[in-house]
Amino acid sequence: MSELTPEEVKHHIKTYVLVFVALAFLTIVTVGISYLDLGHVGGILLALIVASIKGTLVACYFMHLIDEKITIYWTLIATVVAFLILIFVPLSTMLGQARI
Amino acid sequence: MDIPYTVKNRPDTGLYNGKLGIWLFLASEVMLFGGLFSAYIFLRTGVDQWPTGSEYLDIPLATLNTLFLITSSVTMVMSWASLKLNDFKKFKLYSGVTLFLALAFLVVKYFEYSHKFHVGYLPSTNNFLGIYFTMTGLHVLHIIGGIIVIFYFWMPGAKMWEVDPERFTNRIEIVGLYWHFVDLVWIFIFPVLYLL
Repeated sequence: MSELTPEEVKHHIKTYVLVFVALAFLTIVTVGISYLDLGHVGGILLALIVASIKGTLVACYFMHLIDEKITIYWTLIATVVAFLILIFVPLSTMLGQARI
Repeated sequence: MDIPYTVKNRPDTGLYNGKLGIWLFLASEVMLFGGLFSAYIFLRTGVDQWPTGSEYLDIPLATLNTLFLITSSVTMVMSWASLKLNDFKKFKLYSGVTLFLALAFLVVKYFEYSHKFHVGYLPSTNNFLGIYFTMTGLHVLHIIGGIIVIFYFWMPGAKMWEVDPERFTNRIEIVGLYWHFVDLVWIFIFPVLYLL
């Protein structure tokens, strides 16, 4: 994150409070969703979408990813690619076994 | 010998060294927890019947813990912002609250674990409890690690503020990034294990 003036820091503090309110609200939404009868896939999808929104808020504002250097973005892009391989390779193996 | 680029940004990366270091560490942490999430998906999709979290786990307690961690993330980032505003007293206050909330998380987790052990829900009971204890146990270890580091900078390590305030502020930013990551992991563990 670049050097901040005191005014900019004060502006950031207001954002932190708003993000906190959003996170608390979305936590209640997440719990509420679990009590709704949305079907197996629908429930999982909605809960993961809400969790992803919460995670994005934390990463963008508390971890300041919204205003970071390109080096960090490249590090994270490489991480996301490796993470997706990690998640989907076991699943593709499983699907292959199911066909046999 | 002075360690270079603890305050000033390196011309090639545009970052001070500690910040690039923590992001690389967090990238490795994504893979560590990612492996466990992958194992969870593998276990869950491999069987016809998978228990819902509420059959074994206490959702209200976990919701309370989620709120503890989210609040501690805010107080952590506020402690860093306080240093940016040269307000050391507020830094101490916010760091203290962060520590308190992290300890509260551990206390709740202790009650959760002890209740499960008491009723005979062990990691060896079934795959659900096996992956539950592995994921939450690893997360608890990260919370304990965070508490140790935050406590260090709250008490003995805070002396650096008097001699090198910019470097100290950067250290708090680095601890904060780690702490937010621990919060981020919980944000996904909570619905995956407890609610689905």
